Amino acid sequence: MRYRYVRRKVVLFVITLWAALTLNFLLPRLMPGSPVDAALGKLAAAGVTITNAERTAIEMQLGVPHGSLITQYWQYLTGIAHFNFGVSYSFPNETVAQAIGSAAPWTLVLVGSTTIFAFIIGTLLGVYAGWRRGKAADSVITVGATFFAGFPPFWLGLLALYWLSFKLGWFPIKGGYSPGVTPSLSLSFLADAFDHSILPALALAITSLSGWVFGMRNNMINTLGEDYVTFAEANGLRTRTVALLYAARNALLPNVTAFGLSLGAVVGGAVLVEGVFGYPGLGNLLYIAVSNHDYPLMQALFLVITVSMLVAIFIVDLLYVRLDPRVGQ
Amino acid sequence: MTVLLEARGVNVVYEPVRGVRIWSVRDVDLTLEQGEFVGLVGESGCGKSTLAFALTRMLRPPARLDGGAIKFDGVDIATVEGEALRRQRRNGFALVLQSGMNALNPVRTVEHHLGDVLKAHARKGERFSAGAVRRRGAELIDMVRLPESVLYRFPHELSGGMRQRVSIALALSLQPRFIVFDEPTTALDVIVQGAVMQTIKDLQRDQGFTAMLISHDLGVVLEATDRVVVMYAGRIVEGQPSKALLRGAHHPYTEALLGCYADPRADEVRLGEISGALPDLSLPNTGCPFEPRCRLAEAVCAEQMPPLSPLGEGTAACHVRAREVGATVEMRSVG
Repeated sequence: MRYRYVRRKVVLFVITLWAALTLNFLLPRLMPGSPVDAALGKLAAAGVTITNAERTAIEMQLGVPHGSLITQYWQYLTGIAHFNFGVSYSFPNETVAQAIGSAAPWTLVLVGSTTIFAFIIGTLLGVYAGWRRGKAADSVITVGATFFAGFPPFWLGLLALYWLSFKLGWFPIKGGYSPGVTPSLSLSFLADAFDHSILPALALAITSLSGWVFGMRNNMINTLGEDYVTFAEANGLRTRTVALLYAARNALLPNVTAFGLSLGAVVGGAVLVEGVFGYPGLGNLLYIAVSNHDYPLMQALFLVITVSMLVAIFIVDLLYVRLDPRVGQ
Repeated sequence: MTVLLEARGVNVVYEPVRGVRIWSVRDVDLTLEQGEFVGLVGESGCGKSTLAFALTRMLRPPARLDGGAIKFDGVDIATVEGEALRRQRRNGFALVLQSGMNALNPVRTVEHHLGDVLKAHARKGERFSAGAVRRRGAELIDMVRLPESVLYRFPHELSGGMRQRVSIALALSLQPRFIVFDEPTTALDVIVQGAVMQTIKDLQRDQGFTAMLISHDLGVVLEATDRVVVMYAGRIVEGQPSKALLRGAHHPYTEALLGCYADPRADEVRLGEISGALPDLSLPNTGCPFEPRCRLAEAVCAEQMPPLSPLGEGTAACHVRAREVGATVEMRSVG
């Protein structure tokens, strides 16, 4: 029965993946205008006359596709299979794949670890607040979470940057590592990178913590009203067993789904926070791509974001069979 | 017969943060003897379950015990809290819930459930290995007439009747001397209901624990129990041996309740009903709470609370019936 559930999920994953890839192919082609027209338009506005040869040269440079939609589609799919997403306009010396490849580790480590950290701490706080509902600890946690939920993460980042880095000089101002240093896996470089990641990580973690606290607290309060919690208490189970194995264990289930989705969203990066801190991650890359009309880079980034979201959902689906025996029957 | 549980002047109040306070159990005195099987009946909202939760110390906010003493085996359990209360549950009192369907944790197997209870009540130096849990689990599951394979199942893989039997096995695992069954068969169909009730009766007889069966099905209660206690608007209005109650009730509310059941084999089924509704439980009683709905009501009923006094083979709280019996006794003494 479990096997059938997994098989169904795999089939569903393959179909949605194919649909996402196809949409990513079709959407730019359905949009009016083309990158070539945009580039030529800029030159024309500057008063430059363009010859046909120049037009062809630009088309060649941008890799404007020729041939029927079907052959283009085939080229697109084989390109993806070889991680060939073309050349980036913003980084003339790099392919799109290289640009994404060098930005991805920064985002995966920074946003990934803060997401996991916020989920664990937020869930624990939510469990505690829910278990002690109506008591002082609950009020402190709930009011604190409400307070921080109100901050936009980039604004908290700006505040931290101004006070802690600029005024007090405790943290570096900008970037993922000190200027002039070449990225490597040496201990001194990792320490330098860690130093640079503290403020953006805090800005992200503090603001995303609240969501997990509220979600878990509400789930906890609902589960505490269930008969199996009352019955466990009537059977004289230890308080910790009732709180964790009976209440929290069941309250966790909806939050795991949400956690999977936010892990999938990690790859999209935190555009604004990475922007504020000049962090060399995918969010910053997406910002550069959009502001430079860098279509190949944008398209590849959207593809990476979509695919990682689908993969995250797929993994959560598989994980869920282990967490909830009712699933997969 | 030795007294196992003695409750005196038990009151339970529901105190919501906003809204009115409701006294849903009022001045209840109740004595249960060792090995007795007592039924507790009354319509919905009369305080049956609240009383059961008070006796097993399971009241949770907004409900709380508002005065009264509960002695279990000589120990006042109304004031025990925390870890001491938790320890009292071993060889003490257990509760089987109304909706056994949801009484089991959906992500744990039956074996896990039994292991949790056994480990929680392990004595000092006593350790429950996986093998020991399995052996004791198999024993308990056999007691409630289920096959051993049930141990390895999750709750959603069991039928309603099986789940209720597992709940009973869990309650039994503490070897309690008092078990409250709060409508244990309400969610089950008639045939499964009969089988589960039979198991409860057999277990009670074999194990000799004191049992309290809460139900609004008077038929089930009369068949299973030694004694029936009737509640109305938070008060006990009558208590009679089950056999005596079959011959006739003394309190007009109990009479009306008996009239609400029909024999399904009768040619013409006529269901009685009790007109009117329960009184407002946020107000104190001046007279008999049943007076507005009672066909025997007199002037005195609205003014004075009738005391629970000896009537028939048990007790009942009714001015009119107490006087009728008193009159017969007087006539006899005159004659």
